[in-house]
Amino acid sequence: MSTVVSAAVVLLLLWLAVWTVVARDAFLAVAGFVVYGLLLALVWVRLAGIDVALTEAAIGGGLTGALLLGAVGRLRGTEAATATEGASAGARAGAAVLAVAVTAALMLGVLVLPEPVPTLAPLVVPAMPATGVGNPITGVLLAFRALDTLLEATVLVIALIGVWSFAPDRAWGGRPGPRYQTDPDGVLAWLARVLPPIGVVIGIYVFWAGADHPGGKFQAATILAAMWMLVQMAGLSDAPRTSHRGLRAGIVAGPLVFIAVGVLGLWAAGSFLAYPPGLAKPLIVVIEVALLPTLVLVLALLMNGPPRRGGPA
Amino acid sequence: MTIETLFALTACALVGIGLYGLIAQPHPLRKLVAFNIMGSGVFVLFGALAKRGAAAGLPADPVPQALLITAIVVAFAATAVTVALLVRLIEATDSASLADAPPRE
Repeated sequence: MSTVVSAAVVLLLLWLAVWTVVARDAFLAVAGFVVYGLLLALVWVRLAGIDVALTEAAIGGGLTGALLLGAVGRLRGTEAATATEGASAGARAGAAVLAVAVTAALMLGVLVLPEPVPTLAPLVVPAMPATGVGNPITGVLLAFRALDTLLEATVLVIALIGVWSFAPDRAWGGRPGPRYQTDPDGVLAWLARVLPPIGVVIGIYVFWAGADHPGGKFQAATILAAMWMLVQMAGLSDAPRTSHRGLRAGIVAGPLVFIAVGVLGLWAAGSFLAYPPGLAKPLIVVIEVALLPTLVLVLALLMNGPPRRGGPA
Repeated sequence: MTIETLFALTACALVGIGLYGLIAQPHPLRKLVAFNIMGSGVFVLFGALAKRGAAAGLPADPVPQALLITAIVVAFAATAVTVALLVRLIEATDSASLADAPPRE
């Protein structure tokens, strides 16, 4: 039974991938990509990666899909012009040969994978009690490979700086995106009043449950950021000014606290990001609580895009 | 065939499909979508290897799985930067063309 389901998922996944690549226009391609992202979440469930599945559904399919859909709207007029620049038949054939060659080489690699399987799981399990968290993924993200997570949070902040730097000079420091105007008695405005309280509770639950169960700050931050986006799109609140000092402080606060905890480890436990015995859980909670607002702000502002209006006079 | 092998082989095909789209599609947004397909193929391959590493009572090796979460988030951030760059390109030149500009007089 499970083999049948897996085979069906695989066929659908491949079909959707081909669809996004050959679809007639960008909108169809992106629509296919959103469905593809959701299906990919199913693949993660089949591969025993519930945490990855949550991240994929929230960020890979959800946020990336919404971002690309927004871009399609802006790029509509430019598609016909580039259609004439399509690769020649020869180049396409070359691309197909290259793609098949890469796929074949990778498949060969998969078929000759080493036995016994290399795995770090036997090292993770006995070390988990020292971290005070029950979810091994959270343990890896915030204890054993905390440096990766610190760098990731830093990458997000740098990406946001990158997005902001694409602002026209006149809009620098202003507000991103359009000012949304919707019917204040319409369905969207109604949803934007009803959903956020529920979404905030779910987000905080997913955040807190991440210590011992699938979930965690990234998935929670996506839910909270989505709620904020909803309120903005319904016109109930405007996007923040990107020059706002409190906003900028919030964006860098998470990584700075993370680095501070790392330096504390250098002084109290002998190496950067090491936790003193017995203090692992409280320090992990401090990092997570500091990172959550940063992640919410950065994810939502990455979705908003560069500032476009209301810059310095 | 085990489920890990099935998904690993699928992932190889996804990388190929994405690579083809990246080269063959002229529009930058289409290239971006294709690149994301290619990236997701790499992720699934990595995830299948994580599943192979199931041991010590865990259903999969948690280290690659945690790195996958990092990878998905970073891929989103890179996509956001690319979309912003693309929108700026269109605002500045009224075209999404990646072709070399004709030499100025």
